[in-house]
Amino acid sequence: MRTTGRQLLLITILGWGVALLLFFPIFWMVLTSFKSEVAAIEVPPRLLFTPTLESYAEVQARADYLHFALNSVIVSVGGTVLALALGIPAAYAMAFHPTRRTRSTLLWMLSTKMLPSVGVLVPIYLLFRTFGLLDSRAGLVVIYALMNLPIVVWMLFTFFKEVPGEILEAGRMDGARTGAEFWHLLLPLTVPGIASTGLLSLILCWNEAFWSLNLTSSEAAPLTAFIASFSSPQGLFFAKLSAASTVAVAPILVFGWLSQRQLVRGLTFGAVK
Amino acid sequence: MSSTAIAPPAAPAAQDRSRTRSTLPLIAPSVGVLLLWMIVPLVMTLWFSFQRYNLLNPEVGGFAGFENYEFLVTDPDFWASLTNTLVLVGSVLVITVVFGTLLAVLFDQPFPGQGIARVLAISPFFVMPTVSALVWKNLMMHPIYGVLGVLARAVGMEPVDWFAEYPMAAIIIIVSWQWLPFALLILLTAVQSLDHEQKEAARMDGAGPVAQFFFITLPHLGRAISVVVMIETIFLLTVFAEIFVTTSGGPGNATTNLAFLIYARALLQFDVGGGSAGGVVAIILANIVAFFLVRSIARRLEV
Repeated sequence: MRTTGRQLLLITILGWGVALLLFFPIFWMVLTSFKSEVAAIEVPPRLLFTPTLESYAEVQARADYLHFALNSVIVSVGGTVLALALGIPAAYAMAFHPTRRTRSTLLWMLSTKMLPSVGVLVPIYLLFRTFGLLDSRAGLVVIYALMNLPIVVWMLFTFFKEVPGEILEAGRMDGARTGAEFWHLLLPLTVPGIASTGLLSLILCWNEAFWSLNLTSSEAAPLTAFIASFSSPQGLFFAKLSAASTVAVAPILVFGWLSQRQLVRGLTFGAVK
Repeated sequence: MSSTAIAPPAAPAAQDRSRTRSTLPLIAPSVGVLLLWMIVPLVMTLWFSFQRYNLLNPEVGGFAGFENYEFLVTDPDFWASLTNTLVLVGSVLVITVVFGTLLAVLFDQPFPGQGIARVLAISPFFVMPTVSALVWKNLMMHPIYGVLGVLARAVGMEPVDWFAEYPMAAIIIIVSWQWLPFALLILLTAVQSLDHEQKEAARMDGAGPVAQFFFITLPHLGRAISVVVMIETIFLLTVFAEIFVTTSGGPGNATTNLAFLIYARALLQFDVGGGSAGGVVAIILANIVAFFLVRSIARRLEV
């Protein structure tokens, strides 16, 4: 109501300008993925060209792309499911039946997230070697679940806290026991919160590139590690790199768009809502 | 909305105790695995850092005292890596917080297509680090085929060979591109929680947009900014994949940060003792930041 026409125009141009600038590398990557290798390094680059899927086909044929994509799905989903299985009961207990120790337990969980992964690289690597977990999907699933557990508990805790106490009170008057209370009253109310928590965990697992690079080589390597193999390229590879990257990024980008609001809560441990 | 509402009025003490007992099995698994996850590697890192332990030379072993640490602090590569770490963290923080704040205010204004523009702007955060790094290195920064090189030549300038001439700047650009959307996302959420009546009142009193920004918006954002700074610092201290796939710490040690140094020591030179000593330094550094972060979050925590 108080912005004049000229101000609105300026804000629109600025806002869209910044957005397009930040998005440009992703746009360019997608564009390049539909070029042939020769067209991908044409100077000056062409915006109009005959799109081809040959890079996608070649990435699959030469490098067995689906194997790595499947690994990504398995370790991300596995890590998330394990973290939720451990985290939901804990968050439930702390949100609805807090004790004197709840506060310090939560803060302690948060502090485990502050341990830099590189600080424990050596022992984890040696433990994995000893127990034959190097390059195994199971090993990565465990690491990812532990890595995300504090975030999962915190985020669920803030969602559970928003459930009105009266509803549970009413349930208890009717004689619902803890188990029944959880399954019949709480779960239906908090499914959206659990879903966004799971989504954040999936995104973090999918994009994790420290443990995947250090603990896997081929058998269990997810997409983050597969894409890294393009760092020592032979011959023309711009279009193939773009095709492999586009497929690796696309699903998680959509997830991110869908859950951007809830992400803030999880990423800041409820400090910013 | 708290414990008092939950405990029924009759015999609150007894009820409380039974509740405590019944919820312990729900919390114990999480606490147990996290405790293991924290204590075991931590103790092992500390232990190894005082050992002579090289995987290539298994005969040499035993207690090393502070040898690994002495070797570390007398190694010029270590100090270079510490400097590089601070330069990387500091630069990315300044870039993301300054631009993040400005963009948050910008995206708070209504304009046509605002929702889509915001989604595009935060997208880089969801791109996996290896993809960001390789797309920037090849499609953007390649001196011949990259977009930046083409643009430079189009306006008659000499294209920059980023990774040969300014390797650290190149890494900073890539990492900032990934983390600016994070700062924007958090700060935008904070800006939107600002009371608009307050701004309206300030405007009525004759405060211009700049004055409003400095005297109302910025103080309101203080807390969110400090959270962004601390969370980013924790992650930026251990930037690894971006360096691993682009420069491998080089040329020389120009882009070797602490994380990459530890990796190189432990997994390339198989020096477990030396790598662990570096790990202990990283843990101490992160803990200094974590102390303030946990304290700041604790203040807001309602149980």
